Amino acid sequence: MKSFDYVRPATVREAVAAAALPGAAYLAAGTNLLDLMKGGVTKPDRLVDISHLHGLDRIEDLPDGGVRIGALVRNADLAHDRDFARRFPAVAEALLSGASAQLRNAATVGGNLMQRTRCPYFYEVASACNKRSPGAGCDARGGDNRLHAILGWSEHCIATHPSDFCVPLVALDAVVEIEGSAGRREIPLEAFHRLPGDAPDRENALEPGEMIVAVRLPAEAARFASHARYIKVCERTSYAFALVSAAAALRIEANVIADARFALGGVALKPWRSREAEGILIGAPAEKPIFRRAAEVALAEARPSGDNAFKIELARRVVERAFALAAAGTPKRLPALPGSPFAAVSGVIAHD
Amino acid sequence: MSFSITLTVNGVASTIALDDPRVTLLDLLRERLDLTGTKKGCDRGQCGACTVILDGRRINSCLALALSHDGADLLTIEGVAQGERLHPVQEAFIAHDGLQCGFCTPGQIMSAIGLIREGQAGNDPERVREGMSGNLCRCGAYLGITEAVLNAQKALAAVSRKEVA
Repeated sequence: MKSFDYVRPATVREAVAAAALPGAAYLAAGTNLLDLMKGGVTKPDRLVDISHLHGLDRIEDLPDGGVRIGALVRNADLAHDRDFARRFPAVAEALLSGASAQLRNAATVGGNLMQRTRCPYFYEVASACNKRSPGAGCDARGGDNRLHAILGWSEHCIATHPSDFCVPLVALDAVVEIEGSAGRREIPLEAFHRLPGDAPDRENALEPGEMIVAVRLPAEAARFASHARYIKVCERTSYAFALVSAAAALRIEANVIADARFALGGVALKPWRSREAEGILIGAPAEKPIFRRAAEVALAEARPSGDNAFKIELARRVVERAFALAAAGTPKRLPALPGSPFAAVSGVIAHD
Repeated sequence: MSFSITLTVNGVASTIALDDPRVTLLDLLRERLDLTGTKKGCDRGQCGACTVILDGRRINSCLALALSHDGADLLTIEGVAQGERLHPVQEAFIAHDGLQCGFCTPGQIMSAIGLIREGQAGNDPERVREGMSGNLCRCGAYLGITEAVLNAQKALAAVSRKEVA
């Protein structure tokens, strides 16, 4: 690992000033950053340690019924906050379907948004990667790419965004609060992560030195609490990134869908929301045929970026399953394997 | 540049001078404090062999920068027994054959102690397996590990019931 200067600012303002210099990176828990630094994938000159800043580790109920989650709230603390999990069960389920207990105890909300792709060609510094060194090319194209993107990819980059947490957040209209030298601003999480286009090294909407201070969910998001799920298919039962995942949330009145929210994970370089799919669900009976139609609409633009055509039909089935599970109702307690497709619609795990 | 941090390790507070900002908690324990019970497996947060309890929570010490944890309280495998008396989780790993080669065992035991403290798994083996999925065992002692965790949890609950009474 390349050495670096270490600074520990006392306030957000000091942090933003310290991180404005070229080569600076914010350090929170470091669960992704230190891994990248050990592999020589990122080589910051200066680490700005924000993990000691006060006031960023709170989960606050807002007067309008929404919730504000500080950037330094740990994944495990958010998932196990009873009030939060009751109101936003798909978010809790997504959090607990990701990483390991050790990592969830350390990793932060802001860090989750900032984590980098797990594309092996990005991680392996001997490979060509436009994200790591712009203009170098993309060895994932024509490489081992069965896990790669099927939506929103470009010739320059076919990587996917690895977050589970961000998928229900995007579906539920989360907003990111950002602090920079020019003050505070906010943007929808859906607009935070960028598709690769011809500049895959530009990963998000942050300007140099800007830092995430909080993520907010609107009051409206809690109205889906009784029918909200996160479903994740991965290549191990636990502790693996999503091959395809989906967050599905419904409001059902007299067996008719009054409102729907939905996003896919593991399919693109950002959580993929399909408003068209949401739209066709509204007014329909909460039954299987309309879930299949929503799935077909959501994947209409999908195309393989390599040996991954199977992910398109897999994604359709995950969408269908996620809506069927959401329609069946949020379970009282999260399943033993959160997000697992091994659960039957009735909630029983078929794992033995 | 040199740095100084204060750490409490297994109940003993000390001030530690660091000449390099890159030192992780894992390397600090093993290379500077001679506490080699905590193992370095992958060094990338994937195997769990380096699990310790940091301020009451299990974490991967390989992905924790020592400098960032100035003032922290650490519990490692060296600190769990009381003299010659093993911790109930250690006893359970022996009783249920929760190990073969033993390399992953300190991490497994620290993770199990963390899992029991978190109190999320109850007596459901599936929840225990899920809660222990951050600890790999190449010998494949998972069956014994799950039994050990479930039984240690029962033993610890019995001890705390006795203490309350």
